[in-house]
Order: sequence, then C-alpha cells, then structure tokens
Amino acid sequence: MTDTATTTKTEAPRSQWADVWDQFRTHRGAMIGAAFFVFICLLVTFGPMLWTLEPNYIDIRAKNQGPSMAHPFGTDQLGRDTFAQVLAGGRVSLLVGVTAMLLALFLGTLVGVVAGYFKRLDSPLMRLTDLFLALPILPLLLVIIMLFRDTLRAAFGPETGIFILVVSVIGITSWMHTARIVRGDVLSLKEQEFVLAARSIGTPSRRMILRHILPNVMSPIMVSATLGIATAIITESAISFLGLGFPSDFPTWGRLLSDSTNFMTLNPERVIWPGLAISLTVLSVNYIGDGLRDALDPRIRGR
Amino acid sequence: MLDDTAKNKLIEVHDLKMHFPIYAGIFRSHVGDVKAVDGVSFDIFEGETLGLVGESGCGKSTCGRAVLRLYDITGGSVKINGQEIGETPQNELRKMRPAMQMVFQDPQASLNPRMTVEGIIGEPLDEHTKLNRKEKLAKVHELMDAVGLNRTFSNRYPHEFSGGQRQRIGIARALALNPKFIVCDEPIAALDVSIQAQVVNLLEDLQERFGLTYLFISHDLSMVRHIADRVAVMYLGKIAEVAPRDALYADPLHPYTKALLSAVPEPDPDLTTEDRVILQGDVPSPTNPPKGCNFCTRCPSVMEICRQSDPEFREVLPGRFVACHHFNENTNAT
Repeated sequence: MTDTATTTKTEAPRSQWADVWDQFRTHRGAMIGAAFFVFICLLVTFGPMLWTLEPNYIDIRAKNQGPSMAHPFGTDQLGRDTFAQVLAGGRVSLLVGVTAMLLALFLGTLVGVVAGYFKRLDSPLMRLTDLFLALPILPLLLVIIMLFRDTLRAAFGPETGIFILVVSVIGITSWMHTARIVRGDVLSLKEQEFVLAARSIGTPSRRMILRHILPNVMSPIMVSATLGIATAIITESAISFLGLGFPSDFPTWGRLLSDSTNFMTLNPERVIWPGLAISLTVLSVNYIGDGLRDALDPRIRGR
Repeated sequence: MLDDTAKNKLIEVHDLKMHFPIYAGIFRSHVGDVKAVDGVSFDIFEGETLGLVGESGCGKSTCGRAVLRLYDITGGSVKINGQEIGETPQNELRKMRPAMQMVFQDPQASLNPRMTVEGIIGEPLDEHTKLNRKEKLAKVHELMDAVGLNRTFSNRYPHEFSGGQRQRIGIARALALNPKFIVCDEPIAALDVSIQAQVVNLLEDLQERFGLTYLFISHDLSMVRHIADRVAVMYLGKIAEVAPRDALYADPLHPYTKALLSAVPEPDPDLTTEDRVILQGDVPSPTNPPKGCNFCTRCPSVMEICRQSDPEFREVLPGRFVACHHFNENTNAT
C-alpha cells in the first residue's frame, strides 16, 4: 500500500488497440508477413503504372520466352508478358480473396453466434448449416451463375458484375465451417461465470455478445479468416477454370495457373510465378492471422 | 423475533422453486426435473447477513441465483423492498438490477479475460449510468480504493492478479451501482485461508460502510459463524432450519443441522469428538427426492411419520424456524 502514495498519478486507461499493436510488433513472423502482404498489395495496385506493358498485348513473335530483361517472368504461348499478367491478376485475386473471406466470415460468425447464444435458433440454424454443407458445390455454382450472370452483367458491367457474382458465390458456400466452430465456442463461453456476472449487471443480449462473447471467439475466427483467403483464391481459380468466372482474357492468379498447366513441361516457370504469388500471399496472411490472434489475447500478450 | 420486527424486511422469499427439466430420448421428451430448489422460504432484514449453508449440491448457489432472477424461476415469489420480481420479464428486471448484485465463487471465471480491470468495474456504470469517461474513471478508482486495490492496476488484465485480488475486483464490480443487496455465492471457497480472512473482513467493512445486506452462501460453517447474523441450513433443495447465529450454533434443532455442526473439525486434539453424528449413505437424487421428509433416508432419529408426510416449515421458538416432525406438537405426542 506504500506505493499508492508515491504513484499518485495514475495512468489514463490505455486503448486496447495500442496494446494489441505493441504485442503484434513483437511477433516477428507476423511483422514480416504484414510487410510482405502490404508489399504485394502495393505492387499489384501501383505496379501496372510502372510496368506499363499491357497484360493482354499479344506479341506472337515473343511467345514462350524464358525470363529476360524485356520480360522478367517470361511470356506465354501468345507472347503476353507474364509479369504484367501476374500484376493484373493479383488485383482481382486479392480483392476476391479478401472480400469473399470477409463475407464468409461475417455470415459464419453471425450464424455461429446467434445459434450458440439463442437456444431457440440453434437447431434451425445448425440444420441450415448442415444443408449448405451437404449442397454439391459445383452444380450449385453452375445454377447460380446461369441464373444471375446476365442480370448482374447488365446491372454492373461485365467485370464488376462477375466480381460480385464470384465473391458472393464463394462467400455463401464457405461460411459453414466458421459457423460451426464459432457456435461451439459460444456454447462453452455462454456457461462461463463472467457471462452470468454480466447478466446480473443487466447487460442486454446485444451488448453481451459484442462485449463478452465476440472478443473471446476471436481466435477461431482469425484462423478461419486466414485459411479463408487461401480457399477463396483457389476457389476463384477453379470457377474461372470451369469457364464460369471471369472472361478468359481477364487474368487472375488462378486462371494464369490453370492456363499454364498445359505448358508445364515446356515452360515450368509459368506455373511457378502465379503459384508462388498465391502461396506467398497465403503464407503471409497466415502469419498475420497468427500474430493478430496472439496480440488479441491479453493472456499471451506481454510474454 | 421481537427485536427483528423493528427492522425492515428487504428480501422476502416465499416457496421459491427452481426446477431444471431433463429431456431424454430421441424425441427429447420431458422425463423429469432436477428439483434444485424446491419450496424455499426465508426473509432477509435490511443490513443483516443471512448465511446459507449446506453440503455440495443441495441447491445453495441455485437458490442465490434464483433470488436474483438470473434464472427464470419455476414457482414462488421473491420480493425485494416489497416489490415482487418473481414473474418480471428479464428486460424489465434490468432497471432493478442496480439494487441487487452478486459476487461469484470463482474469481478467475467470473472476470472476462479480455477486459481490463477498468473495463470490468466500469461495465455496470456503462450499463446503468450516463457518466462521461472522466467521471467513470474517477468512480472506478474510488471503487478500487474501497476494496483495497492499487489504482495503478486499472489497465491490467485479470490473469495478472492473484486470487484474492481478483475477488476484490469482483466485489468492486458488485459495489459499482451502490446496491442494497449482494448475494455472495461462496466468495471465499476458491481462496486460500489467509486470503479468505482478508476477503471476509473486507465484506464486513463494506457492509458497515455502505449498509449492505448479504446473502452469504458458503459451506464453511466457521466462516458463516464469523460473518452471519442469521443462518439458514439447506438440505436437498429445502430449508431445514433458520435461526439466529448464536442460537443455531449453541443448540441446533434439526437433526441435519446437528450432524452438520458436529462435522466441523475441532482444532484442539484434547477435546473429545466422540459424540459426532455420522450420517450414513448418500444424498438422494434431487430428481427423485424421497417421499415425506427429504432427510428421512439419512436421519438418525427418523420416525414413521417422516416417511409419510413432508414436515411443515414452522416457527418453533421465537425467530427459529425448523422443518422437522420432532418439533411438531401433534407428532411429538405419539
């Protein structure tokens, strides 16, 4: 008790986000991952302004070239510059990956928290989740794209329309695992005494979820998020591969990868570049998620 | 009872029932109830401490939570300050929450690990008052002083504290809204003995300073003897005996109270403990309590009528309530 007299000035309450950032900075992997992710984002955003070669410019005389000064990543079978294509494809792939992940995360967390917290909605929502898990994805995609492609194209233009379609299709078909994990965690959290304590204070359900439940289910949500970006990028490439996604002259990392598989024996580097881009992005996102999860948990923070 | 009538009844509990349904089978049909609290009645006067004792699983904690309406009770009435809250829906109850608070058993589990001390103690203020940030912080610091926590700890997280300090945080949170009535649900059970004394003394000091009324749930009879003014003994969801503390410890009436008191360890080895009442068998299941008196399966002085009918909970001496056929004039004659 003696030190109360000496330290009369008490610190103002620190913002929790300052603590989170302090902890995040100490996680080396997360910092490298974050730096790399920012680098990739900047590269695909501003790169095409510096590397002014058109990704769809066909120079048939320069086809199937290896890496050179003129074409650092080489060219494809039509003589298009692979570097320019990877840059242009990264924009779409990253945007699709992040947006679809956010959509899936939002849906999954919403369904999971509501199902776990409100007992009456648990059974219907979980049966809905089972239903979505049981849906055969590819036929479903075919039907959705058949039904909505032309309307969306007419409404938002061919590229934005397809973008909305692809993102929502991926988001709607990949929220189920998040929902299940979140529901399980919410069920166990709900029985904790601090939730009872909050109820004895008179905290209404809405704030109970936001203040007590959600911060404590952050870890599984983070893990789902990092894995979700990877799955979304891969699924987008699968959709494009089937010819249901973006038009064939519109490069994305997934499409570049699937286009080059035929030429793998001839020009292995053509598979390597987009593959490397996808893997490194996913890896950096994983590390960011890892660091964020640690930083958000005050029990790990400061260790 | 005569001197008690001058005091105001703050809490009146009448025939409180809390049954938890059991569902079984593929159709989840309702096959029975766990009768955790089955017809409990007691009053708590303003400014006093009622100790609620009983063995594990007898429904003490459930009773405390049901009195605060943390559960939707099965039946009976609970009055706080003359206001009936037994049937009030939870969202209307919200406005009355500031008057009644709770201190929980496990100080680790009852604090959200992701909130700072400032956030935890400030939560009730966020919910029920419109203080700005500065006023709120001042109030939080004031509360931390009141429970003997260093103000500089306000940015720390619960895992950085010892058990006793965590319990102080829990007490500060309960005090934040200036409640009249606090249910202490075994606040000392998870602490070691030296800390137990600190926390109990803190609770007593606070009672004196703020004029609090406690329902002190515990299975530690010596601690209850220290803090309580009156003691209620629970067995299998029912109250066996309610009496002023000294009278109860000096002369227990109900056979279960006798057995419970004789089980308190005696620190002096010279004092004889031969006259201990050792109960045989186990507590019956609360899903299927025995016919008649709940204690009839283990009672050392069981009579025929105990297996037939449930004894009435009645006042046998001034201020002393017992539910036992031994104290029923009609059966005493036979």
